[in-house]
Amino acid sequence: MPGITREEVAHLARLSRLELQAEELDHFAEQLDVIIGAVARVSEVAGQDVPPTSHPLPLTNVMRADEVRPSLTPDQALAGAPAAEEQRFRVPQILGED
Amino acid sequence: MTELIRYTAAETAAAVAKGEVSAVEVAQAHLDRIGAVDKKVNAFLHVDTEGALSAARAVDEKRAKGEELGPLAGVPLALKDVFTTKGVPTTCGSKILEGWIPPYDATLTTRLKDAGVVILGKTNMDEFAMGSSTENSAYGPTGNPWDLSRIPGGSGGGSAAALAAFEAPLAIGTDTGGSIRQPGAVTGTVGVKPTYGSVSRYGLVAFSSSLDQGGPCARTVLDAALLHEAIAGHDPLDSTSIDAPVPAVVEAAKLRDVRGMRIGVVKEFSGEGYQAGVMQRFDESVELLRELGAEVVEVSCPSFTLALPAYYLIAPSEASSNLARFDAMRYGLRVGDDGSRSAEEVTALTREAGFGPEVKRRIILGTYALSSGYYDAYYGSAQKVRTLISRDFDAAFAGVDVLVSPTTPTTAFPIGERADDPMAMYLADLCTIPSNLAGNAAMSLPVGLAPEDNLPVGLQIIAPAMADDRLYRVGGAVEAALNDKWGHTLLEEAPAL
Repeated sequence: MPGITREEVAHLARLSRLELQAEELDHFAEQLDVIIGAVARVSEVAGQDVPPTSHPLPLTNVMRADEVRPSLTPDQALAGAPAAEEQRFRVPQILGED
Repeated sequence: MTELIRYTAAETAAAVAKGEVSAVEVAQAHLDRIGAVDKKVNAFLHVDTEGALSAARAVDEKRAKGEELGPLAGVPLALKDVFTTKGVPTTCGSKILEGWIPPYDATLTTRLKDAGVVILGKTNMDEFAMGSSTENSAYGPTGNPWDLSRIPGGSGGGSAAALAAFEAPLAIGTDTGGSIRQPGAVTGTVGVKPTYGSVSRYGLVAFSSSLDQGGPCARTVLDAALLHEAIAGHDPLDSTSIDAPVPAVVEAAKLRDVRGMRIGVVKEFSGEGYQAGVMQRFDESVELLRELGAEVVEVSCPSFTLALPAYYLIAPSEASSNLARFDAMRYGLRVGDDGSRSAEEVTALTREAGFGPEVKRRIILGTYALSSGYYDAYYGSAQKVRTLISRDFDAAFAGVDVLVSPTTPTTAFPIGERADDPMAMYLADLCTIPSNLAGNAAMSLPVGLAPEDNLPVGLQIIAPAMADDRLYRVGGAVEAALNDKWGHTLLEEAPAL
């Protein structure tokens, strides 16, 4: 099983929306290489004909009664927002200039 | 008269119900204790003095009116800072949620309030419950009351330390890979991970949704059982909540009889890496169970050796997805929004500033395990291991009622010793992780001090899913026998703070 490179960590950090500093990249690359080396042992079972388990409970499509119950007011829902305007979450620009 | 802070939860509730003491006096005694020792221990991130006293007053008023009080009415509790509390800060030990005031209560919080439990405040934890030492908290480490230079376990180190420091007789933890049981073991307290799905996760800030489970922490087995009954049960707001009656755990805790029970010793949980004093106390506990009339056999669960690697793929994978919600848009920290940056840039800058190193490591690890090209080899294999572990448990429970092992391979290690060595830290959860992967029930119970360092050792008891009562039956019997033998409880040997 291959290890992980500094470049791969930088790519994964971008995918994860983490603006890592250069020294963090160095340090994490080294540590993650060790961790991945250790957890790679699970691939021992890769070829075995075993069904995967994603969850301990065999539940599907759990529904509850569709009852009206008290919910948050707009003010309550926005109370923790970093910025709000006209009863909406105010966010930095999402689309480009053009 | 014993000091109020040394009462068990059961004794406190009885004294309040009889009117021997008011709930306000009980709450004040604990708030005073917190004021006196918590600068040293750092178990609490937030103490809700006003909320606690007002909840206590409500219990006293109810009693004055002659209304019936529940079995935990007026008993103080320390709540892990990962459950939402309406109007009271909830940080998950993270800077990204510093100052966040939830607009709603977790189902567990509501149940505690309805039971008349007095919530003293929110306890310290590893950031987003990722860790085994509470050193990953953004708000500084918690000290172990047995030796303040050592870790109290994690992630629920604050809850366990609050119990051992007599700041609260009850606490709540969450257990994703051992975060209730390992802190219990290293602080000489009782911690239970109930069957997955038996305590609602609504309002529990998610780390790894298929593994996270809230549960009781206490100084006695009976107190843990009383708290278990108060918080467990079906919740329509949690789609993974089990719709079945809660096992009779309080009744089981009072039985104190293991005659005829079949107990399996897990062979894989011994050998290299296990401290001699931990194994000595464990072996004595097994011998004690024999003397008490249980039948003890050795059991092999070969897949358990792959549990730790599987866990460190599954939990980070789920975490990388769950923690995507911290995007700096709707709540929590926002950094770098100067009008020139895009939302995406602000999100990345905020997460860089708001998350600590362990959380970042796990997000990256999870993103890696889920990425195309690695998914089958890593995440897919880990899911197969999960199946194999469940099969090992099923095979074992076909022959025995419960399994036992040490809770954690060593006693509390010094703060700082493993802080920047993730793999060494992960080994603390070696024995606790299989139960999270399989979703069954497990308890840690203090069984003495390791002779070489005089620090607490925990016995882990594991029962099949929805057979949580067996944990309390075995735990209650062991606790009673040990207290008889010692002439006191283990925590009475803890040094004064």
